[in-house]
Amino acid sequence: MTLLAPITQTLTHLDWLEAEAIHILREVAGQCANPVLLFSGGKDSLVLLRLAEKAFRPGRFPFPLMHIDTGHNYEEVTAFRDHRAAELGERLIVRSLEDSIQQGRIVLKSPLEARNRHQSVTLLDAIAEFGFDACIGGARRDEEKARAKERIFSFRDAFGQWDPKNQRPELWDLYNARIDPGENIRAFPISNWTELDVWQYIAREGLELPSIYFAHEREVVVRRDGALVPVTPLTPAKAGDDVQRLSVRFRTVGDITCTAPVRSTARSVDEILLETATTELTERGATRLDDQTSEASMEQRKKEGYF
Amino acid sequence: MATPTLIDPRTNTHVDLGVLRFLTCGSVDDGKSTLIGRLLYDSKAILADALQAIERTSQRRGHADVDLSLLTDGLQAEREQGITIDVAYRYFSTGTRNFIIADAPGHEQYTRNMVTAASTADLALILVDARKGVLTQTRRHLTLAHLVGIRHLVVVVNKMDLVGYDQAIFERIREDVLGFARELGAPDLRFLPLSALAGDMVVERGDNLPWYEGPTLVELLETAALEDRRQTLPFRFPVQWVIRPHQDFRGYAGRVASGRVQVGDALTVLPSGRGSRVKAIHLGDAKLAEAVAGQSVTLELEDDIDISRGDLLAEAAQPPLSARALEVDLCWLSEAPSRPAGRYLLRHGSRETRALLDGSAQRLDLNSLSRELETRLAMNDIARLRLKLQQPLPVDPYLENRAMGAFILVDESTHATVAAGFVRETL
Repeated sequence: MTLLAPITQTLTHLDWLEAEAIHILREVAGQCANPVLLFSGGKDSLVLLRLAEKAFRPGRFPFPLMHIDTGHNYEEVTAFRDHRAAELGERLIVRSLEDSIQQGRIVLKSPLEARNRHQSVTLLDAIAEFGFDACIGGARRDEEKARAKERIFSFRDAFGQWDPKNQRPELWDLYNARIDPGENIRAFPISNWTELDVWQYIAREGLELPSIYFAHEREVVVRRDGALVPVTPLTPAKAGDDVQRLSVRFRTVGDITCTAPVRSTARSVDEILLETATTELTERGATRLDDQTSEASMEQRKKEGYF
Repeated sequence: MATPTLIDPRTNTHVDLGVLRFLTCGSVDDGKSTLIGRLLYDSKAILADALQAIERTSQRRGHADVDLSLLTDGLQAEREQGITIDVAYRYFSTGTRNFIIADAPGHEQYTRNMVTAASTADLALILVDARKGVLTQTRRHLTLAHLVGIRHLVVVVNKMDLVGYDQAIFERIREDVLGFARELGAPDLRFLPLSALAGDMVVERGDNLPWYEGPTLVELLETAALEDRRQTLPFRFPVQWVIRPHQDFRGYAGRVASGRVQVGDALTVLPSGRGSRVKAIHLGDAKLAEAVAGQSVTLELEDDIDISRGDLLAEAAQPPLSARALEVDLCWLSEAPSRPAGRYLLRHGSRETRALLDGSAQRLDLNSLSRELETRLAMNDIARLRLKLQQPLPVDPYLENRAMGAFILVDESTHATVAAGFVRETL
């Protein structure tokens, strides 16, 4: 026996963030009867899966994985999504906007219109179909100012709406997931992570990622404001466009029509870390073509039931 | 200016001082938004596109310089209605430590917002306008920060540029605050003169405060001790989830609320009172010899005993007291007032039980620190009262063990979180 006070140890910032996220995942499992984890194959949701492994292995995940497929995703990402779900041996549900469109649940103004905001319809239908009472998502508060004010356990009414003026106070690590039937909780375990934290965690854990996160040659239209629009069958170049073949990577992967790559030569996670630490543009500012249309567009979409 | 240094966790080329959470107390008039904007801007947490956006807005509004307070500008819903929505969280890193700022706006719902922001904070910055000195608001901030048990209280005397960087003014404010703090019984405070607008003593020292020899704000934030004290308290582990993939494995998943645990340690399970020893500690694929407060792990025990979510694993030599009646402080958060003798759901760690508000409450007047009897609590009220519990609850007093003395009350009909609670003692 020693009479000396034990030496305390400080958790590194990644250990701290990881411990908080694992605690949140377990609270969702403990408090909700039928949760689901939203998994796109993107980096943030891949981090969620690693955290879920740490929270629940050697047991199975107490929730299935679900992807709301806009039909406008890069093939590399959806293939990776399927590969990862199979590797984990967890159930993957895919519900697609294409089906919602054919059922007349979504009406597009034009066939090539950005489909991000329409995801809400398919998501809410899927929630009703399976009776999910909670959706776990990989959103982060540093992404956007509406997210900065959202709770870790965020209450949505029967219409999937977020009411920023009527959020439940969230104190200590005591979360309140109680709802009535038809209502829903959105839980965000990596709320407190920044983009740099995510990349540092990917590096530390040696997580695999879809190839389009790394630098590759790609034909893009260089817009006058500097944004790069990838040339794809969905987004073909028009006459007079400045088409160039550049070395690029995606900082965020989503709907093809509204996600832009950035110029980069980073071919490894370490090189991406270096670029992320010295970048001058925010993740959404650099890569989301849709968020720039309106200063409040994320806030608006969240009120409509978006993630 | 240096770009944020990178910590490579594999090569450990830099020191990682963890995550410090702090809140800022003050209103727009105190320059709080400008101070946060200055911290984010000078630490390079603001990227070029975000900066350009506020430059455009500043020009449109006719400001000569970039108005840093715009960085904390709110949502469309807030601008339209001229209100502010409780707490916003912001992030920056100095390369050695990550910071999470809980930015709680002032105005009418102040107490509720501040208690919410303070519940997860290691440190509070209490802003005082150098021209105005200690106000009623300053006293409220100190009282609340003390109630919520924030370890580091830093009184920031801002707008020193508007009083000619006069040391005498700073000293007078310090004496005033210390006088009140003694009345409150608050622990040691730190004082810091600065100008958020000019940037003196935030990240850079500047040339205007040569008489001040203490640390800058960022130095202070980087060196403040984290909640390490939690690791020296008795071991407490609320079980969140039981992992049982097959007959040969039964793991208890949770986050260490306080203390530390090693393989071989003797534990008591509450409320059953049964005992066992730690067989293994898992974190992912890794087996740990020890887990400390703050870590999320999975524990295996030597004996096969019945344990489920809501149970508490505690150090056998120092178990907490289980009580069916508590004396508590409540901060009422809901717009609907409390029901006299009302029943609410109480959540403590991973455990839930019903609680009855027993008798009248002694409401605290935040200005005079006096107490008066009330039968109902309204939003923002802070009051001391007794709770009767449906089932015995293992707790520690909040002042001794924050994680084990904190609870919330939930209204079972609306599911709203209606109160934040602090255990004072078991009855």
